[in-house]
Amino acid sequence: MEKTVFVEMNNICKTFGVIRANRNINFRVNQGEIHALLGENGAGKSTLVNMLSGIYTPDAGSIEIYGKPVKIHSPRQAFELGIGMIHQHFKLIDVLTAAENILLSEKGSLFLSEKEALKKIQKVMENYGLLIDLSKKISDMSVSEKQTVEIIKVLYRGAKILILDEPTAVLTPQEIEKLFVILRNLAKGGCAVIIITHKLNEVMTISDRVTVLRQGETIATLDTQSTNYRELTELMVGKPVDLTIERLPSKKGNLMLEVKNLTVLGEHQVKVLDNVTFDLYGGEILGVAGVAGSGQKELCESIAGLYPVESGSIVFEDENIVGLNPREIIRKGISMSFIPEDRLGMGLIPSMDMVDNMLLKDYVNQPGIAIDRKPARQKAERVRKRLNIQTPGLSTPIRKLSGGNIQKVLLGREIDSNPRLLITAYPARGLDIGVSYNIYDLLQEQKQKGVGILYIGEDLDVLIELCDRIMVLCDGRITGIVESKSITKEGLGLLMAGESLTALEKEEHLCRL
Amino acid sequence: MLILFLKSAVIAGTPLLFAILGAMFNERVGNLNLGIEGMMLLGAVAGFQAAIYSNNPFIALLFAMIFGSLGALIYAFLTVTLRTNQVVTGLTLTIFGTGLARFHGQKLMGMVLPEDFSRHFKPLSIPFLHEIPVLGPFLSIFLEQDLFVYLGFVSAILSGIYLFKTRPGLNLRAVGESTASADASGINVTLYKYIHILLGGALCGLGGAYLSLVYVPSWQENITSGRGWIAVALVIFTSWNPYKAIGGAILFGGLDILGFRIQSLNIPVNQYFLRMMPYLATIIVIIIGSIRKSSRHTPPKDLGNPYFREER
Repeated sequence: MEKTVFVEMNNICKTFGVIRANRNINFRVNQGEIHALLGENGAGKSTLVNMLSGIYTPDAGSIEIYGKPVKIHSPRQAFELGIGMIHQHFKLIDVLTAAENILLSEKGSLFLSEKEALKKIQKVMENYGLLIDLSKKISDMSVSEKQTVEIIKVLYRGAKILILDEPTAVLTPQEIEKLFVILRNLAKGGCAVIIITHKLNEVMTISDRVTVLRQGETIATLDTQSTNYRELTELMVGKPVDLTIERLPSKKGNLMLEVKNLTVLGEHQVKVLDNVTFDLYGGEILGVAGVAGSGQKELCESIAGLYPVESGSIVFEDENIVGLNPREIIRKGISMSFIPEDRLGMGLIPSMDMVDNMLLKDYVNQPGIAIDRKPARQKAERVRKRLNIQTPGLSTPIRKLSGGNIQKVLLGREIDSNPRLLITAYPARGLDIGVSYNIYDLLQEQKQKGVGILYIGEDLDVLIELCDRIMVLCDGRITGIVESKSITKEGLGLLMAGESLTALEKEEHLCRL
Repeated sequence: MLILFLKSAVIAGTPLLFAILGAMFNERVGNLNLGIEGMMLLGAVAGFQAAIYSNNPFIALLFAMIFGSLGALIYAFLTVTLRTNQVVTGLTLTIFGTGLARFHGQKLMGMVLPEDFSRHFKPLSIPFLHEIPVLGPFLSIFLEQDLFVYLGFVSAILSGIYLFKTRPGLNLRAVGESTASADASGINVTLYKYIHILLGGALCGLGGAYLSLVYVPSWQENITSGRGWIAVALVIFTSWNPYKAIGGAILFGGLDILGFRIQSLNIPVNQYFLRMMPYLATIIVIIIGSIRKSSRHTPPKDLGNPYFREER
C-alpha cells in the first residue's frame, strides 16, 4: 500500500543568537504512523516541531504538508493545515473550563451557544474514546486530564497531524498506558502522530518509526521493529553508553540524621507528612520513592529549614535542627538541591550568571560589605569543568542554558560546598541518558567520601540500582523502608500505592535476606 | 433626601464608571495601563473643544472618544509593538495627557457651553414614575438621569455581555490570562491587544468628557482630579467585572459628593478630611482587596507581562 506523506521537512535550519538549534534537518512523517522524534535535551526536537506549529519560522529550508509546499507563519495557519500541537507545558487557560478552552479562537457566530458546541465536542470525544468533564475548570484538573483536554482541543479543530512534546514526562505509568491507547487509536483513524521523547522504552513500545536527532542534525530514521535500545542510544548520544548503574560499595558511617515522628501541615491543615520516622547514615544513599506529591517536597524543605514543622524532631549529629533558620542549617553542612517539575530550578536565579549564582550561598561568609567575585569565579570554573557544563561563558545568564546544564549548575554548587548531608530531589529530571549517568556517578562519588545522601527519585529502576536503602512515601506516611537489594520494581509500586510491607511478604515481592 | 443623595452619587459615579470599564479592557488583555487619568483628560479637553465649535453632542462625544483612543494608541504601540515597560509607559501617558490638556485648556478657561448644547444632557423626567409605590423613587435614582448616564449603564452591560457571552470576549479573556496559550490557540494576540486598548481609551475619553460637558460643565484645570487613579484601583475592587463596576462607581461617586452634603447639613467636620474621603477609601479598598485572596478575585494572570512569541 502506498503511504501518503503528511509532513516533509527538508534542510531546515534555525538559529537562536549564536546557538544553531537546527542544521539541515530532514524529516518525513506518513499518514497513519506514530513517529518518534528521539534526541537528548538540546538536540533540537522542540525547535523542529515548533516550526510545524507556527511558533517559530525556519531560517532556511522548506516544509511540505500533504505534498504541498507551505510557509507556516502563525499557530492559526498551522491549525488550518490540520496540524495540532500538544506542548510540553500545556497551553491552557486555568480559569476557564475545558469546553471554553477547546472553543478558544474558533470562528463562528458572535455569541457562544455552549449547548451546540458541547454536542460537537462530545462527538469528537466519542469518536476517539476520550473522556473528560467538559464543565470542569482547568485549574481543578490533574495533569493527565489537562493533557486529554489538549488532545480533544486539537482533534476538535480537525487536526490530522498531531505533535506531542514530551507527553509522558508528567504522567504515572498507568496514565502513560492510557495515553498510548489513545495515540494508537488516532493513528488507526488516519492521523499522523509525532511524539517527542528522550525515553527509549517509550520509543520501542509506541512508535512505528523513529528519527534520531543529535546536536541539531538528523542522524537517522529507522523502523522501530528493526532496531534496539543499544543502537538507538548510540545514535542518540553519539557513543556507546553503558546502561547499568553499578552500586559502589562504601563504608557505612555514623548515624547522621535521625528524623522522629515528623508531622507537617499543608494547605487546609491537612497533614502532608504524618509521623515520619527514619534514619540516615554517612556513606549511604537513602532513596525516597512515591507518587508525585506524597510529601517529598515537604520532607526536603523541613530538613532544610524552609518548611514549618508541626511536631517531631530532626536530629542532625546529636542536635535537633527544628526551628533553626536555613542559613544555620547550611552552616552545619546540610545541602539541598531540589529540581521542581518545571525544571527552572529552585535555589538558582535564572537571570544571574553562574558566578553570581555561586555567590548566592557564599557571600555571607565574606567579611565587609564589598563582594569579592574572585573565589566565586574560581568555583564556577571548577564546577563547569567537573560537570562538563555547556555554556557560552561564565557570565551568561543561566536561564539561557539548557535545562540539563542548569540542573548541573545547581547540583555542582551544592556538591562543591562539601556538604555532610546532601538532599537531592529529582536531580536527573528531564535529563538525557548521558548526563543522568554523570549525575549518578557524582552522587556515588559523594557517598564514597562519607556523605549521607537523601535521594528523592522518580525512576524506580534507578532507585533500585543506585540507592542502598529505599523509603517509600504514600500520602505523607512511610509505607516501608527496605534494602534495595531485596525489593522488586513491582514491590515498590505496591508500597507506593499504600500496601504494607507484611502484605508484600505474602505476595513474595520482597525476598528476605 | 436619601434619594437625592443617591441620584447625585450616580451622576458623580458616571465618569468613574467609564474609566473603570476603560481600565478593565486594558487589563483584561494583559496590559496594566496607568495612563487612564491622561486619557480622561485628553477626552475631556477634546470633547469640550468640539462642543464649543460644533454645538453638537455627538461630535463632542466622538472627539472625546477619538482623543482618548489616540492616547491609547501611543500606549499600545509602545507596549505591544515595541514591548516597553507598561508601568513607565502608562505613567508617561498620564503626564502627556495632563500636560496637553493644560496647554490647550488655557484658551478654554472661563468658557461656558451654550445653553442649546447643554439641554441635550438635561436629566429626563419620566411621567408617573414617582407614583409607583416603593419602587418608584428607587427607580428614579437610575432612570431620571441624563442620557450620558444612560450611556454609562448601557456600556457596562454591553461590556459584560461581550466579555462573558461572546467568542471575542472569551478570546480576549484568554489573552489576558495566558498570552502564550492564547497565541498557541491561534488567537491574533497583537490585534486583540490593540483593539481593546483603543476601546479602553475611548471609554476613558468619554469619562473625561462627562466631567467637562455635563458634570462641571465648563473647563477647569485638572478637571479629573485623580479620578483616573481611583479607577485603576476600582478595577481591582470590582474584580475586572463590568457589572460590579456599576456598583463600585456609584459607591465612590457617593464618597465624592459626601463632603458637600455633610457641609450643607452644618455638621462640623473638617472639609479637607471630607475631600480626602475618596482617596482614603481607595487605599482601604486596595488593602481589603489584597487580603481577601479568593479564586474569584484574582487579576488576569498575564497582567503586565510583555509578550514575544519566539522568546526562549
